[in-house]
Amino acid sequence: MNDPRLHFNTPLKTTPFHPRIAAANRLNAWGPWGGYSTALVFDDEAMEHTAIRNQASLYDLSPMTKYRVAGPDAAAFLDRLTIRNVAKLAVGAVHYTAWCDDEGKVLDDGTLFRLAENDFRLCCQERHLPWLLDSAFGYDVTIDDETESVAALSLQGPCSFAVLKRAGLDAVAALKPFRMAEFAIGGIPVMISRTGFTGDLGYELWTAPDYALALWDRLFDAGSLHGLRPIGTNALNLARIEAGFIIANMDFVPADIAVRADRARSPFEIGLDWMIDFDKGHFNGRRALLAEKQAGSSRWALVGLDIDGNVAADHAIVYAGRTREVGVVTAAAWSPSVKRNIALAMIERPFHAEHSGDLWVEIYALRELQYQKLMMRARIVDRPFFSHSRRRATPPAEF
Amino acid sequence: MKFHDAIVVGAGHNGLVAACYLAKAGLDVLVVEKNDWIGGAAVSRSLHPGFTYSNCSYVSSLLRPEIMRDLDLPRHGLQILPYEGGAVFTRDGGYLAMYRDHDANRREFARHSPRDAEAYDRYARDILRQCRFIRPLLMRTPPDPTSFKPRDLSELAFLGRKFFGLTETERYDMIRFWTMSISDFLDEYFEHPVIKAYLAVSAIIGTALGPMSPGSAYVLLHHYMGDVDGNVGAWGFARGGMGSITQALAKSLEAAGGKIRAGSGVARILVEKGRAVGVVLDNGDELRARRVISNLDLKRTFLTCVDEKDLPAPFVKQVRRFKTRGSSGKLNIALDGLPRFPALPDGSPCIKGDLHFTDSVERMERAYDDWKAGHFSADPFQDMMIPTLIDPTMAPPGKHFMSCFVQYAPPKIEGRDWGDADRDAFAETVIAQIEAHAPGFRNLILHMEVRTPRELEAEVGLTEGNIFQGELTFDQLLFNRPVPGASQYRSPVKDLWMCGSTTHPGGGVMGAPGRNAAAEILRDARKPLAMSDAYAVL
Repeated sequence: MNDPRLHFNTPLKTTPFHPRIAAANRLNAWGPWGGYSTALVFDDEAMEHTAIRNQASLYDLSPMTKYRVAGPDAAAFLDRLTIRNVAKLAVGAVHYTAWCDDEGKVLDDGTLFRLAENDFRLCCQERHLPWLLDSAFGYDVTIDDETESVAALSLQGPCSFAVLKRAGLDAVAALKPFRMAEFAIGGIPVMISRTGFTGDLGYELWTAPDYALALWDRLFDAGSLHGLRPIGTNALNLARIEAGFIIANMDFVPADIAVRADRARSPFEIGLDWMIDFDKGHFNGRRALLAEKQAGSSRWALVGLDIDGNVAADHAIVYAGRTREVGVVTAAAWSPSVKRNIALAMIERPFHAEHSGDLWVEIYALRELQYQKLMMRARIVDRPFFSHSRRRATPPAEF
Repeated sequence: MKFHDAIVVGAGHNGLVAACYLAKAGLDVLVVEKNDWIGGAAVSRSLHPGFTYSNCSYVSSLLRPEIMRDLDLPRHGLQILPYEGGAVFTRDGGYLAMYRDHDANRREFARHSPRDAEAYDRYARDILRQCRFIRPLLMRTPPDPTSFKPRDLSELAFLGRKFFGLTETERYDMIRFWTMSISDFLDEYFEHPVIKAYLAVSAIIGTALGPMSPGSAYVLLHHYMGDVDGNVGAWGFARGGMGSITQALAKSLEAAGGKIRAGSGVARILVEKGRAVGVVLDNGDELRARRVISNLDLKRTFLTCVDEKDLPAPFVKQVRRFKTRGSSGKLNIALDGLPRFPALPDGSPCIKGDLHFTDSVERMERAYDDWKAGHFSADPFQDMMIPTLIDPTMAPPGKHFMSCFVQYAPPKIEGRDWGDADRDAFAETVIAQIEAHAPGFRNLILHMEVRTPRELEAEVGLTEGNIFQGELTFDQLLFNRPVPGASQYRSPVKDLWMCGSTTHPGGGVMGAPGRNAAAEILRDARKPLAMSDAYAVL
């Protein structure tokens, strides 16, 4: 079964945690993610979401695309590649970033880990090896796909620190948000970063695939008194909408795979312009982005919406003044955490500003085979929809 | 003597498509066919007991869904079966497979080049962009760029709007794509020779270009712009062989009141006072009609069937220069069992797709070099399929029909006609190549039909054996197809029309030329157009 040619027998691979996940997946609800079979729900989506906000949750992150960028020019290369300033990223720190093509359109967003002075890990949703390699012309770096050689878990929720502490990792207490350090849990080497996709207190744990099952077991041993439960993608997706996070190919189309050229978006158009450091020197897309900024020529705005009623507005059309189509909802949910009907939406400028008090969302609610058509008022609100001081408190509280 | 509203010369797929639309519009239509069977190059014949071959064309993707619907072809028996993947075998005993599953395909590419595996999505995106540009043009009569008629001006404006609706980058890409070689185009995305070899195939099939010839990238698009049930770029088998397409068309024609007369070809198209008035068959029968529609290629229509004196001299010159360089041949083989390819792991689905044995673009170019020198390729390129792995109707259970499309084969061997010995030597290059990858293959052969350009011309009537009824080079496309000034299915002879692949949008079992010709004829005849508009490309 080690014959690499036989991959066609398993078009969806399993992650290093699969034996545990399959055993816990009572609903047998699976979905594909990046070529892997991943759990959508284990047993109860609502309870899994509740675990993220109330106890502790464990999500298998392994399918996330991971590139290792190393070499004497690694920092300079990443500064050229991404829009954020890598010089400001300390060793042992992580930052959320994005990268663009030369026309200033976003290719992807992701997290950049500075493992050592000249050693980085770039985590993202899509695959970019040709772009990374081409962008590295002239730089002394090596770029390797390490998606398969790193197993990763996301431990999130108010009790997530308590779980780690019970597992013997008191030292994690000192870890500030967006910091990482090497630890060992019962002899298992694990790199822990205080990061996540839920907007809550949480950690991501990175280890070698060989240690995956032992790590899973240790965490559940420690977590049993803290309500730790495995969660599927559906619960995580609800939490990330509450946190206001975006996902490539859901909230924007990566410029290099957009068939329709007008679907590409700049950082200004998906709310990532705060990352751009125009003063750091040249980076891919800088000239176009500067021109866009100076001309004010951005055409779209990604905004958070608070929508009347309680019917989620997935993929609904957004109107200004009830009649003029000005955009589309990219993600939506009734939020159990904030008790509001929330959404992310891509809205044509300048309607997001000029008509912010007069936006409407058309929702088709299918109720027992009849559509109830709703025209609901929507207000633009700041993201995140949900935030809590426990996310940033250092040392973290235990619940 | 019976007087028809229209006589269609040749019962190929485009002739039948045109005839069906005309008959549905109420015209009295007669299709005449020289062979005892119909179908032209979309034909299934049984030459060995229990076996059915797709004798010429062997896969379907381009046949327009609007035509299938308008002519009710599924009700008349047409079924298109999508097929799975494919593979190219390498000289070192390995292979590269293509899988329908996106992730399996990425992993397979990654086995050869991790970089190329992740470049494929971008490549597929760029090809899809080209498809979105060209697909709306397939079901439209090309504009005459020298005309001031409102229709031509509006069609030119349509083209212009499409082009200027592109972004600056897309415009650069489009001009380059339409003029460059497939080898250069693939080099922009991929590094691995085997991956490039697999993808280059669609750019040389049927054409007398090599993968390094400028213009070959367009030929790739010509093979990608079709679809199977909306899956753009996918290919399938017609259940029962490609002849089931023309059989379904014949039934549709019959249902619409049209007639087919097979067994005697057209010796001459009758021209009186500058108008086509009928045909004289090889058996001497004279048939009269209000109009004559030729499904034959440009050269055969005007250099064989029409007296050159009835044509303007500049047109005759253009017709003589029209490029119909044959480049391909075919082996249809009845097999006693499934050949075994030791390179493929057991259970690999790629044997159900297209199999190739040429593992570099350079090898393809060398095969083309032989063609230029007037030989068939010593180391040929082939697109080999075993349709019976999916279609149970073409061979008895456990036996198989194998279709081998082969390049390159010139219309003449060093300037002289093909002889039987040449044909046999040509077949041997193909069999030896398969045998090298599937030991014991040779012993499975029960029967074999070998077709060189000589057979294609003699039997199907394709001049020089060119399967597209004229090269798909940029100088012979759109409003230059077949020749400038005659791109709207009309000819210099009044009431003599063209409806074959020789016209826009060209070759492949597409039906669009036949349908577009019928639209022009009905428009001139002031008859209602009972046909679907081209499906929207969204």
